Amino acid sequence: MSAATQAPHNKAADLPLSVIIATDCGSTTTKAILIEKQGDTFRQTFRGEAPTTVEAPFEDVTRGVLNAIAEVEELSGRKILDGEKIVTPAGAGGNPKAGVDIYVSTSSAGGGLQMMVAGAVQSMTGESAQRCALGAGAIVMDVLASNDGRLPHEKIERIRSLRPDMILLSGGTDGGTVTHVVEMAEYISAAEPRPRLGMTYSLPLIYAGNAQARDRVTDILGKKTALVVTDNIRPTLERENLAPARNKIHDLFLEHVMAQAPGYKKLISWAGAPIVPTPAAVGFIMEALAKRDGINLIGVDIGGATTDVFSVYGGVFNRTVSANLGMSYSISNVLAEAGLANIMRWVPFDLDEQTLRNRIKNKMIRPTTIPQTLDELQIEQAIAREALRLALIHHKSLATGLKGVQQERTISDIFEQKASGGSLIDMLKLDLIVGSGGILSHAPRRIQSMLMMVDAYEPLGFTTLSVDSIFMMPHLGVLSTVNEKAATDVFVHDCLVYLGTCIAPIGQGRDGEKCAEYQIAFEGSRQPESGTLAFGELRLIALGDNERAKVTMKPVKQVDLGEGKGVSVTREARGGAVGLMLDGRGRPLQLPADARTRVAALTRWHQAVGLYPQKSL
Amino acid sequence: MGHAYTPGLTVTERTTVRKRRLLPIPGTVMVAQGDRVKADTVVAQTELPGKVHSVNVANLLGIAPDEVRDYLIMKEGDPVQKDDVIAENKPFIKFLKTEVRSPVQGTIDTVSTVTGQVLLREPPHRLQLLAYIDGTVAEVHSRQGVTIEADCTLVQGIFGVGGETWGELQMGVTSPEEALTPDKLTSGMKGKIVAGGSFLGADTLARAREIGVAALVIGGIHDKDLRALLGYDLGVAITGAEKIGITLILTEGFGTIPMAAKTFALLSRHQGQKASVSGATQIRAGVIRPEIIIPAGVTSVQSQAAVERGGIQVGDYVRVIRDPLFGRIGQVSALPPDLRQIETESHVRVLEVGFPDKTRAIIPRANVEILEG
Repeated sequence: MSAATQAPHNKAADLPLSVIIATDCGSTTTKAILIEKQGDTFRQTFRGEAPTTVEAPFEDVTRGVLNAIAEVEELSGRKILDGEKIVTPAGAGGNPKAGVDIYVSTSSAGGGLQMMVAGAVQSMTGESAQRCALGAGAIVMDVLASNDGRLPHEKIERIRSLRPDMILLSGGTDGGTVTHVVEMAEYISAAEPRPRLGMTYSLPLIYAGNAQARDRVTDILGKKTALVVTDNIRPTLERENLAPARNKIHDLFLEHVMAQAPGYKKLISWAGAPIVPTPAAVGFIMEALAKRDGINLIGVDIGGATTDVFSVYGGVFNRTVSANLGMSYSISNVLAEAGLANIMRWVPFDLDEQTLRNRIKNKMIRPTTIPQTLDELQIEQAIAREALRLALIHHKSLATGLKGVQQERTISDIFEQKASGGSLIDMLKLDLIVGSGGILSHAPRRIQSMLMMVDAYEPLGFTTLSVDSIFMMPHLGVLSTVNEKAATDVFVHDCLVYLGTCIAPIGQGRDGEKCAEYQIAFEGSRQPESGTLAFGELRLIALGDNERAKVTMKPVKQVDLGEGKGVSVTREARGGAVGLMLDGRGRPLQLPADARTRVAALTRWHQAVGLYPQKSL
Repeated sequence: MGHAYTPGLTVTERTTVRKRRLLPIPGTVMVAQGDRVKADTVVAQTELPGKVHSVNVANLLGIAPDEVRDYLIMKEGDPVQKDDVIAENKPFIKFLKTEVRSPVQGTIDTVSTVTGQVLLREPPHRLQLLAYIDGTVAEVHSRQGVTIEADCTLVQGIFGVGGETWGELQMGVTSPEEALTPDKLTSGMKGKIVAGGSFLGADTLARAREIGVAALVIGGIHDKDLRALLGYDLGVAITGAEKIGITLILTEGFGTIPMAAKTFALLSRHQGQKASVSGATQIRAGVIRPEIIIPAGVTSVQSQAAVERGGIQVGDYVRVIRDPLFGRIGQVSALPPDLRQIETESHVRVLEVGFPDKTRAIIPRANVEILEG
C-alpha cells in the first residue's frame, strides 16, 4: 500500500519546444534560466538574477522577472523581451536569435504557501492531510485534530491567531462517523479565520473528508469561507488518495493566494503553464528522476530559513519542510534544537560556548554574511550537519506507511511486533542523495558537501551522492509539466553534479582493526586496486565523473554491507567530482566522547580526504 | 551582483518617518487627517470578538446530539451569565435532574445537533490602537487605521526584544566603550529610556527591571543573557511581542561591542527629550529593525525623498559585521572589481577597509554594512 502514490500533476504530452525561459520567484531573488535545444539534447545555456519585487516600494513581482530575463538577454544576445512582453515563439520575425517558445515559472515569494490542516484523528487523517499539503509545496503552520490534546477553546484561539493562505479539512473515512469532522468544522466556523493576504476576500478552505459529511460541512462553512469540496484523502483506512486535494490546493493557490500577491495576475498571463509553488516543482523533478532511473532517492534543499526534504521510495513520494531549520535566518534555531554539544562534536578545534553562541546569533541578525576564515567555515558546516540530520529525522517521522491499518499477522510477525505506519526511509535501500542549497552547492571544495551529507545522513552500504549546481530544480520541475525530456536532459547534464559513491559498512569495531577487504576493478586500462579498510578509517579513491567501477567488499564477520554479516558484496559504483569514499568509521557513526580524542579523530579524517586547506590542520 | 553590499542601519539627525497604524480587524478611526497626536493618543479602536468556549451538552445530559435543542432552555443569540443554566433534563424524579451551566459570561453562539455541543462566546473586548509617536495624521485608512508622520531623529538598532514604549531619553554612561553596569542605574530612571555603551549583563537587566526602566539601548549583550531574559533560546529573529517588562535594543550585535560613535553622539545630543522605541525585529523578507524615534517637535507634512544609493563607494564608512574583525568601523579605501580567493578558498567580491589605527584589511563585501544617514 502506498502512502502517497499519485501523479504529481496532470501532464499533457510533451509540447514541441526548442527555446525555453524559466524563472523561480524566490523570497529574495528571482532567478531566470534559458534552455536551448542543441541537436537532440536540451541544455541550460544562460542565467540571470535580480531582486524579487513583491514588496514595497515596487509591489509588482513582474519587475524582478523582467530584470532577471533582461540579464539573460544581455548575456545570451537573444531578444526575449519586447517592452513588457515576452516574445514568442523562438525565431519570431525570421530572427533565429529572437523569442522563446514558452515561459514557465515557480513562486515562493512572500513566504510561499502557508496552510493549516485539520483531521479527525491526529495520526491518521491528520497525518494524511499534512502529507497532502506538504506534497503540494505548502508550509504547514499547524495540524489540528480532535485528539491533539488541546481543549476546544484552545483550538479555536489557535485557528483565529493563525493567518493561513488556505485550510485543508479532512476527517473520517467515507461512510464512517461524521461527528468528529463536523466538530472540527464548527471550531473553524467559530474562529472565523482570516487569510494572510487581502482584508476583503474569503479564506479558501478545501474539504476532503468523509463524503457523508459534505452537506453538514457546507452548511457550517459555506458562507464563512471560500469552500471547495473534493474527494476524501482517506476514503478507507487502507487507502490514501491525496491527488484530488493536492490538485485543488494548486488551483486555489493560483486563483486565490497568488491573485492577492502584487503583479501575479500579469505573471500568470505570461506563463505557458500553471505557476506552481517552488517546493512542489522540486518534488516533480525528484519524482521524474526516481521514475526514470528506477531508484530510491532522498533530496534535500537547505536554505536560509527552511530545510525541505524529499524522498521517493518504491515510487512513493513524500516531502517535509522543517520550517525553522536553516543556515541564516534560522541558524539560531538549529542550535536551540540540536544543542551545543551536537554542533561542537563536528568542530575540529576547541571553542568556548559563549563565543560560539554569540557568533551564531550574529549570523542570525546579519544573515547575508559569509564565513571569512576557515574556523568560521568549519563552524557553519558543523551547524549544517545538524540541520540536515534533524530535518531527516523529521522527514522519517512523516514519510511512513499508513497508520491505523489492520494487519494480518503470521506467527513469525508476533515476535517482531511491528506496528503499522513504520518509516519508509530505509538507508540501506537508498540509491541516491541529492543535495541543494548554498552551503552544499557552493562549498569551496566538493568533498566538503559530500562529507557534510555523509556525516548527517550516515548512508549505509553503497550510496551515490550529488549536488544541484545552481539551484535550478524548481525551473526544471515546472518545465517537466510541459516537456519532460527537456527537463530531464537539463537535470542530468547541467543541474546534477555527481560527487561519487560512499561505501559504508554497518557495524562497530576498535579503531585500526580490520573492517573489510576491498577490490576495485575500473573501466578501461586502469589497474585494479585492492586493500583493507580498517575501523575508524576514511579513505578516498579517485573515480572521475562518468566513470564507474566494480567494487567488491568482503566484510569481517560482524560487519554487514547489505547482504548479511560477513557476506561479500559486489556492486557497480559511480564516480564523480569527489570519487569513491570508503567509510570505515562504523555505523551507527559514533564520535569519541572525549574532546581531545574527538578533535584528533576529526583532524585525521579531514586530512585523509583533503577536506580543508592544509593551513588549518 | 554589481551592488553586492548590505544596506546599513539608519542613524540620522533628521528624517521623516511614516508609521502605518492598522487594526487587526476593521473598526473605527478616532482621529482626522491633519490632527496632531501624542504617542498615547488613541487613533483607532475596534471590538475583538470574545473567546469561544464549547460545552458538550449531549454528553453531559446523556442524550443524543440531535435531541440537544429539546433540552436547551436558551437559544442562539441569548445572553448568559457565568453559571446560568443553559440546558437541563426533565427526569420523573427531581433528584436525578442534571443541569448544564455556562462556564462564562457571554452569548450562546451556536448549537450543533451533530456533535451535541453548544458554543458560548465571551463578550467582545475593546482594542485601542495608540499613535506610538508624537506627530501628525498624514492619512486615514477607512475603518483600518491611520498613517502618522513625524520629523524626527532616527536610530535603527540591529536587534531588539519587547514592544513599543516611550519616555525620556537618558544616557547611562559617558563613552561608547563603557559598559552599562548595575551601579549606573538609579531609581530616577524609572519610566525612562536608558542608553549605554558597549555591553550590559544579566545583573544590569535585572536591576533595570527592578527599577522600572522602560527601555535599554546598548551596543551588545551575550546570548546567554538574552536567553536568561526571555526564559528560552530564541530560534528565529521575529520579536516584539515578548512580555518581559522592558524593551531592549542592541545597536551592534552579540558580544561586547562599543556603540558606534555616531550613534552614541546622536543619542547624547538628545538626552532629556522624549523618545518612542520599539524592540520589534523581523529578519526575513519585509525586514523590521528596532528603532529609537525622537520627534523634532514641529512637523511639516512633507516626506523627504529617500536618498538612493548607487552602491558602495570609496570613502564610505562601513561597519564590519563578521568575525574576525566584527564590530570594527572603518572607511572603504579600495573596491577591487575582480573576485578574490579568501582563506576559505571561496572566490568572492571584496573591498579594502582602512581603520582609524591606520591598519587595512581585505574583507568580503557581504561582511560589511554601510553606516547610513
